[in-house]
Amino acid sequence: MLHACRALLTVAAAVASKSWWETIAMTPSAPASTDPRIAQVIRRHGARADALIEVLHQVQELHGYLAPEVLREVATGMGLPLSRVHGVASFYHLFRLEPPTAHRCAVCLGTACYVKGGAQVAARIEQRLGVRLDDAAGDGVWALQHVSCLGACGQAPVLVVDGELMTRLSVDPPEALDARLEAAGLPQRTTT
Amino acid sequence: MPVTPQLRCCDASGCRSAGGQALRRALEEARDAAGLTAEALAIKPVGCLRLCGSGPLVACDGPGPSQLFGGVAPEHAGALIAASVAANDGSAAVSDDPLAAHRLDLSDPFFALQQPVVLEGCGQVNPESIDDAIAFGTYAQLHRVLQELTPEQVRDEVRRSGLRGRGGAGYPTGLKWDTVALQPPGPRYVVCNADEGDPGAFMDRSVLESDPHRLIEGMAIAAYAVGAERGFVYVRAEYPLAIERLRLALQQARSRHLLGNHIDGTSFNLRLEVRVGAGAYVCGEETALLLSIQGQRGMPQPRPPFPAQSGLWGAPTLINNVETFTAVPAILRQGGHWYAGIGTEHSKGTKVFALSGAVVNTGLVEVPMGTPLRTVVEVIGGGVPDGSPIKAVQTGGPSGGCIPAERLDTPVDYESLLELGSMMGSGGMVVMGASTSMPEVARHFMGFSVNESCGKCVPCRAGTVQLAQLLDRFVEHRATPADMERLDALCQMVKVTSLCGLGQSAPNPVLSTLRWFRHEYEAACREPAACVAAGGVER
Amino acid sequence: MSVVTLTVNGQDVAVPAGASLLEATRAAEANVPTLCHLEGLTPVSACRLCLVEVEGSSKLLPACSTAAAEGMVVHTHTPRLREYRRMTVELIFAEGNHVCAVCVANTHCELQDMAVTVGMDHSRFPYQYPQRLVDATHPQFTLDHNRCILCTRCVRVCDEIEGAHVWDIGSRGGQCHIVAGLDEPWGQVQACTSCGKCVDVCPTGALFRNSDTTAEKQPNTTLPALLRTAREQRRWHNQ
Ligand SMILES: Cc1cc2nc3c(=O)[nH]c(=O)nc-3n(C[C@H](O)[C@H](O)[C@H](O)COP(=O)(O)O)c2cc1C
Ligand code: SF4
Ligand code: SF4
Ligand code: FES
Ligand code: FES
Repeated sequence: MLHACRALLTVAAAVASKSWWETIAMTPSAPASTDPRIAQVIRRHGARADALIEVLHQVQELHGYLAPEVLREVATGMGLPLSRVHGVASFYHLFRLEPPTAHRCAVCLGTACYVKGGAQVAARIEQRLGVRLDDAAGDGVWALQHVSCLGACGQAPVLVVDGELMTRLSVDPPEALDARLEAAGLPQRTTT
Repeated sequence: MPVTPQLRCCDASGCRSAGGQALRRALEEARDAAGLTAEALAIKPVGCLRLCGSGPLVACDGPGPSQLFGGVAPEHAGALIAASVAANDGSAAVSDDPLAAHRLDLSDPFFALQQPVVLEGCGQVNPESIDDAIAFGTYAQLHRVLQELTPEQVRDEVRRSGLRGRGGAGYPTGLKWDTVALQPPGPRYVVCNADEGDPGAFMDRSVLESDPHRLIEGMAIAAYAVGAERGFVYVRAEYPLAIERLRLALQQARSRHLLGNHIDGTSFNLRLEVRVGAGAYVCGEETALLLSIQGQRGMPQPRPPFPAQSGLWGAPTLINNVETFTAVPAILRQGGHWYAGIGTEHSKGTKVFALSGAVVNTGLVEVPMGTPLRTVVEVIGGGVPDGSPIKAVQTGGPSGGCIPAERLDTPVDYESLLELGSMMGSGGMVVMGASTSMPEVARHFMGFSVNESCGKCVPCRAGTVQLAQLLDRFVEHRATPADMERLDALCQMVKVTSLCGLGQSAPNPVLSTLRWFRHEYEAACREPAACVAAGGVER
Repeated sequence: MSVVTLTVNGQDVAVPAGASLLEATRAAEANVPTLCHLEGLTPVSACRLCLVEVEGSSKLLPACSTAAAEGMVVHTHTPRLREYRRMTVELIFAEGNHVCAVCVANTHCELQDMAVTVGMDHSRFPYQYPQRLVDATHPQFTLDHNRCILCTRCVRVCDEIEGAHVWDIGSRGGQCHIVAGLDEPWGQVQACTSCGKCVDVCPTGALFRNSDTTAEKQPNTTLPALLRTAREQRRWHNQ
């Protein structure tokens, strides 16, 4: 009876066939390896709970993203509950919980850029790279995300490619945009 | 001000991204090549020279009036050096001026109508040099305040100025300072809100990148006035250059004993720290910001208690916007009465706006409160680039609304904008041309709110999602009269029942476009005639 | 003890100073609906169902977290408040997957009761049918995210009363969900003491005992208040 009921619930909810915890297979007590630099970062902040965001910034800088074992080390080192650390790390847009792709573009869709054709820039890049906007996995090498204003609205529309700000992109004609994207090193993955 | 010949090169992030740094290097080389020393012709990195859209900008000072050049490339360096030499030895301008196309007219309304108060030092001082800031007069008011005035006298002056918070809500600053100061004895904090999340706003970024010492001075005066010994500047992580300059400025101020213990030989102590956000618009909301400073999720909390009563670690906390703090030194120098003499009856002083969108002159504008919107966007901004009429001006970011062309004569002040269903917000002004579809704009903003909702309260978390889907139906021309009714009812509900300002103002872009451009919604219905008949929203 | 007096729906009531508006409305038997609030836990004012009108205030105020003040004139069931409450419940139903017929909490669900209270029988807003998961890894309990309304009672009771802080909220906006540990399977989170308090206070069928099947869940929402009184006033349930 119990199992039948549980199965029913699962079906009713249209849950994906494989449970997510099977795919992340994590051993809770034994982290793969500890990174002494994390302890150092924490020590520098005196392990104060209010330094959590600063610590996460610095740890992300070291590791490129915040893997579960890394968050566990932070939590242990700072004496904070695991769920609190995960809650904070997953709240802020700039913390990455998945490994980033080698190359990243961030297109601004803030109002000024939107008015100046930011959405067309995004669409063109999606097409060029063959990736979906805000899919962090991208094509494994390139990913495209959106940001909402970089404070460079005077030069809208703007785009960041691997940390470099590109401004005053023109979306008309599309070939001009393609040339700028080409120059920025964005590969042409799909045929138009 | 300066008589020594110098070239001021904008080194704020806007001009940097347009090649400002390469230009400055080229200028230095050209100066050396011309056999001039740094004393004979100083080349100084400065903050924002206002007309960001025409960067990189260089200003040339000499005995005569300053000249401004825009869109200059490194190959123009030689000509620029020659022009500045010519300006200084009084020789006539060359007949075929190679810089003719790059000369910007400083008597153009864009510059002439500005009244710099907050931006006084912006574009004048080297943001990375405390000596330059001090030579410009920064920290003089802190010194005077500490030596001559009591905290009450400082607060009186600020109250007299009529200054209202520049972060959006326009709360009277003097009153807020009093509230914090008059709490029972114990520790207090000052916090500067530099989270500037409204898309289309870059005033605070420019202040931080251009004149960070002025902000520090303002915060120190505020800390003295309310009795705080510790403070934070919460800056969004998207502003790396601002963070770098602010950190440098704080370090310089500490080494000059303008921060720390026994400042200026008095018993006043102040420790200021930078806290960097991590990408969350809602952290601009004050209770969320305070939680974020304490290392937590930025989820707003019900007020009361207000931060002024119970903020960081439960202590009374003064939280003000960058521009609010930055206006303070000038107010103390010139007097509250002077400041109150600028602007309108209920909105005193000047306000900085960031002009962008479909407008000729994009950049930073500081004008007296009460300046008609038309003056700002058409005279100062120069209107739409192709000369077509302006359709609407968006103010207040995702919390604000679109003001239609026929209301452009409205004076810009807190109350007038509210009356039009928009709001002052932090000062972003995005001009929209004829081709912009209003339901699409509303959908754009709703998408922003869906993305930035913290998820705490039901109306904002679930309501904005439903609103965005409703707007999709209009954008895709499949809306029905029932959708029109639902849109109106849900906007009202989300507006009045949400916990914080984000949810409470998320419907504003929809409500304002429904009010002024209702026909576009009607036309976007599957059967437009049916939607017109349905009515629903009263004007 | 000092007392404040106020008017709720025309009726005068007196409550101890420091009491919430909610307590005042209860003294007047006004039946203000609540979902996220639970006696004994810190109020968060997230569900917005307890909003009331107070004369002289331009904003609606959440009764659960607003202090009752001398002379307040409170209205708890004006037409617009009724309408907003109904819409709130509609939004909650449309947001998750609430299939009462197969739910452990059927007939013992605060959300179901709320729908009846506010007179909501269907949602005007499209059901979102989100893809959500069920965590059945704990030996005794299950968390079905489909029925979670994000009231955060479980988070607060685990942190404030049990002191284990197993739960927190992950992500934000519409993606918000309750997380155990580092968003791990509940059964793997060693901090959990299996005390069952979160299950007891959950207003819906999101958290339940594995031994309960359809309509068998018996919540116990009085625990937090009892334990808090014991801890703070040294007065226990049997005293
Ligand atoms: C969603 C939201 C975002 C906000 N963002 C900002 C911001 O980016 N900068 C700011 O100064 N104030 C912002 N505010 C206003 C602050 O809550 C607060 O009112 C302000 O910082 C107070 O400073 P002031 O009195 O100097 O304006 C925001 C408010 C809300 C509700
Ligand atoms: S209104 Fe939105 S952002 Fe504000 S508390 Fe509610 S969910 Fe969070
Ligand atoms: S699991 Fe239950 S108690 Fe926890 S937030 Fe969801 S509905 Fe509330
Ligand atoms: S809107 Fe794109 S930079 Fe501001
Ligand atoms: S009970 Fe007050 S907001 Fe939920």
